Formats: sequence, structure tokens, C-alpha cells
Amino acid sequence: MDNHKRNLKILGSPYYLWSAFFIIIPLAMVFYYGLTDRSGAFTLANIASIIQTEHIKGLFLALELSFISTVICILLAYPLAMILSARKVSSKSFIVLIFILPMWMNFLLRTMAWQTLLEKTGVINSVLSFLGLPVLKIINTPSAIILGMVYNFLPFMVLPLYNCISKIDENVINAARDLGANSLKVFTRIILPLSIPGIISGITMVFIPALTTFVISKLLGGSKILLIGNIIEEEFTQASNWNLGSGLSIVLMIFIIVSMVITEIFDKGGESNFL
Amino acid sequence: MKKNHVIVMLLAVMVLALTSCKGGSAKNGEVVVYNWGEYIDPETITMFENETGIKVVYDEFETNETMYPKVEAGATVYDVICPSDYTIQKMIDNDLLQEINFDNIPNAKNIGAQYYEKSTEFDPGNKYSIPYCWGTVGILYNKTMVDEPIDSWTVLWDPKYKDNILMQDSVRDAFMVALKTKGYSMNTTDLDELTEAKNYLMEQKPLVQAYVIDQVRDKMIGDEAAIGVIYSGEAIYTQRENENLEYVIPKEGTNVWIDSWVIPKNARNVENAEKFIDFMCREDIALLNFEYITYSTPNDAARDLIEDEDIRNSKIAFPDLSQYQNLETYKYLGQEGDELYNELWKEVKSD
Repeated sequence: MDNHKRNLKILGSPYYLWSAFFIIIPLAMVFYYGLTDRSGAFTLANIASIIQTEHIKGLFLALELSFISTVICILLAYPLAMILSARKVSSKSFIVLIFILPMWMNFLLRTMAWQTLLEKTGVINSVLSFLGLPVLKIINTPSAIILGMVYNFLPFMVLPLYNCISKIDENVINAARDLGANSLKVFTRIILPLSIPGIISGITMVFIPALTTFVISKLLGGSKILLIGNIIEEEFTQASNWNLGSGLSIVLMIFIIVSMVITEIFDKGGESNFL
Repeated sequence: MKKNHVIVMLLAVMVLALTSCKGGSAKNGEVVVYNWGEYIDPETITMFENETGIKVVYDEFETNETMYPKVEAGATVYDVICPSDYTIQKMIDNDLLQEINFDNIPNAKNIGAQYYEKSTEFDPGNKYSIPYCWGTVGILYNKTMVDEPIDSWTVLWDPKYKDNILMQDSVRDAFMVALKTKGYSMNTTDLDELTEAKNYLMEQKPLVQAYVIDQVRDKMIGDEAAIGVIYSGEAIYTQRENENLEYVIPKEGTNVWIDSWVIPKNARNVENAEKFIDFMCREDIALLNFEYITYSTPNDAARDLIEDEDIRNSKIAFPDLSQYQNLETYKYLGQEGDELYNELWKEVKSD
């Protein structure tokens, strides 16, 4: 028994090292910078600065845009996941492959591609004006940012949902039908409640990266729209103020923890299903 | 307890392994260079390595502001850095640079006297820096989209060009444009003047298509916008790609900037750093770099070697600065000044 435990410890050591180097040390540094000023003295000013108008604005705008994107992702992904789980195995894996295929390409490149697509003289507008249709004017607006978020994070919603729905026992649905439930009732009383763990992990995997993004808003928002992620990024790249940047990151972390706790509460009863 | 020992030892081994990677294997040691992105002809680095047997470890930065904290924290020790004027002043003020021994850099004489003269604004006595590139900031416009002659920054506030204007996404450059248009110094720390400039920038924001840095180049080449604020070094390149583009230095004055080689105080290979700087000052090397990056070279000997007469006498690459008024060079404004600018810029951007 002791030997077994010992073996586990030895086998676990790469992971301890991994978490020390890539999780604990970076986090400790964020906290160190966030809780000190430039001279290294302890302060809470960096964290308190979240109440500054510009920071609050950036935070709420980020919350708003990532909330909208998450809702759109659910609305798009749910029907798809249901269609997928109803399909035969061969065509199923093909559709899943198509969905995952873009993810083999770098995230940054895909977002830059959208920039080229949406630009004033971009691909979409060239086609539209060639056909004599009115041109699209969404580049450098919040709509473009939402589009970028939905596009980039949709697979993270589809996969857990699909995973969850396809595991629902056919017999449960058949039993419901047998007892006289119509399709709507089957959906609201059987499929939806059983797929909640998938919805929850989908939300966590879309909302959090959307909340913290700065690349999408920078490329598709033309740097005219500052989300909290952009504010933090600019503290590092433009203002050379690592302390303020780290302080605001800590605040953002708090928001992420809160959103995870909320989803965890909703998740009670169902098993957590991370892909 | 024992497990902890193992972890500590493993950590120590890893740290050692990481740091020992830096030991140079080249026969004459190495030189660690920290330069702007896309700011050198990579061929010249290979030539330097072949000629001297010194290995070049080359690192790049995007802005002075990302470079500075890294150098200050000393996480990586560099031998040669290429910051801009006001950052050099900040580094001198904060005792991060060492004086350069010009005796070991004979090619420094290739740099024109006027550039050393200009450098004294941020490096009094020319002790710490040797100019590498210089230029102006101006307006690049597309002649097919703009039918009037442009000679003033005020065109950037003309509602006619709504959604056709590209502004620089950097604090000092954005404020420089607004301050110059209002007739103030771009080095002001006067709150009233700065507030006026801030309001002016906010007024401009609805007209701006996007705030960008390097992308001005591609967007202007692709006819995406009519007017953009750009560094003169990029102007020649964009004209090569799109002949409808024209560059002007506005009449209200602008920023004349110099990026120079410096050696930080904690440099490990000072001798190699001197050799590297000397090599970069050699006329044929400076010429290669100029042709590759198209930023104006302060190297008079290299300029004489440019074969294309149009480029050698180009008003964009080598403007006669005496013709323009209100030209200034950025100065370091101190911690408080920097913070004030950043604060106001954040207000503009989040408006």
C-alpha cells in the first residue's frame, strides 16, 4: 500500500513540476505585481482602480459582449448537437471533423482572416457591391467583435453539447413517447434537463475566453472599443505599468471564479462533463 | 519532507539547465541584441557572424514601452539595444546605460554631424548613443480618394473623410498630432493643454476608421483608407507598392525621431557590442539595411552609396529639416508625465 502511494508520487512529479512552473509561479507573480506599486511597497490601489470609469466601462462591455456571444453560441450549437446525435456514425464523424477542422489553424490567423473578409474593400463587400447589393459596415463595431467571438468559440459549445446529448439513453426518450409525451414535451422534460451538464461546460468554455479576449476586439474592433482585456494588455505594452495590469487581472480572475461558482450551482445534481 | 527535497533539487537542476543554455558556443563569444521588429536586414547579421565569429542572439520588441520594463527588471541581459530618443533619455536618467567608448567604434564617424547634434536633445554630449535610423511622422494619403492638396493635420478632423482615417494607436503619437494642431509643444505636461488635446481627440474618434500601428501600411496599400498617420520610413515602402500614395510633413510641425544603438550598464559582452555597433555603422552594411527596411539612415557615407538618385535625394527619406517649422523630438516626461498621458489616452480610447 505504502509502495503504491510512493509510486503515485513519483509518477505525479512531472505534473507537480508542471503546475509549479506554469501555474503557481506565474500566478504568484501576477499577485506580487498586482498587490505592489512600482517601488515594491504593498498597495491595494491597483485592484481598487477597477472603479475608475474607463475600467468599469471596459469590464461591463466585456461582460455584455461575451454574454451575447455565449447566448448566440448556445442557440446555434444546440440544434446542431441534436442533429449530430441523431445521425448515423459515419456522417456524424464527418460533420464533427468539419467543425474541428478550422481549429487546426491558428486562432490569430483565423481572426485576421475575418478582418480581411469584413473590411470595407474586403472579400464580402467586393462580392456584395459586384452584385449591386448594399455593402456591409460592421468592421470596427461591437457586432464584428461578437461575430469573431461566436466564430472562434462555437466549437467549444458544440462539442460538450454533442457529447452530452448523444449519451442520452434512447430508451428514456422512447418511454416518454410511449407514455404519450409529444415532441415538445420530450424535449423540455427529457432532453433539455439531461443535457444541462453539457450546456454548463459549454458556457464555461465560451464565456470565459470571450470575457478575457483582447485579440478579437483589437483586430475586429479597430482598437476603438476597449474591453477589459485590451485595457490590461495596454497597461503592459503601452503604459509599462505591470502593477496596474496585474491588479486588473486579479479583478478579472475574481469575475471568472464567480461565474464558475454560479455555473457550478446550476450544475448540481448532474455530473460535470468536461468534454 | 523527502518529497520536498526532491522537488527543490529538480527545480534547481531545471533552473541551472535553463541558465546554462546561454553559455555561448561560438569561438568568439556572443552578443545579445534587442531591436525593433523588422528593423534590420537579416543578411547583415549572418555577415557579422561570418566575419567576426561572434554569435548574435537576436531578440525583437514592438514598442519602447514593452522593451523598457524587461531591461529594467534585468530578466534578460542585453548587450546592444536600439530604443528611441525619449526612452534613451529615460534610460540615462535611471542609470541603465553605460557610456560608449567611441575609440572602439571607428565607423561612428560615418554618421552625419547633424544627427549627433539632434541627439544632444536626449543624450547631452553624445555619450550614450549612436544613431541607427531616423525619420518624421506625417500624413500618408491616397491621391485618388483625396482631391485637395493636403498640408495640415486638420484634415484628420474633416468629417468628409469619416471612416477613412487611420490614427496611430500609441499614446505619444496620437497626442503629438492633437497638440501640434492646437499649436502646443508635443512635450507639454500642462494639464489644460493636454485636456484640450484629449477633447480634440475624442471629437475625432467618430471619424476614425481604426487605431493601428503597423497595419497602416497594409491598409493604405490596399485602398482601405484615404488618410493615415505614418512613420516616414514606411512611406517609401508603401509608395513602392501603391503609386497613388503621397506623404507630407504637415505645416504645424511634427516629431523628428531617432532610434539609436545603446549599450546597457549590465551588458556582459561590451567588446562584442562595440564590434556589432561598429559593423552596423559601416557604410555598406547601413546601405543594405536602408534598402531592406526603407527607414532613413543617418549614415551619410551610406547615403552617398545609394545608386537611385530619386531615393538618394528623396524628400521623404531625407527631408531638408530647415524648411519645416515646429519640429521637435520626444522627451521623457518623467513617471508622472507618462501616467498623465496614459490616463488621458485611456479616456479617449474607452469613450
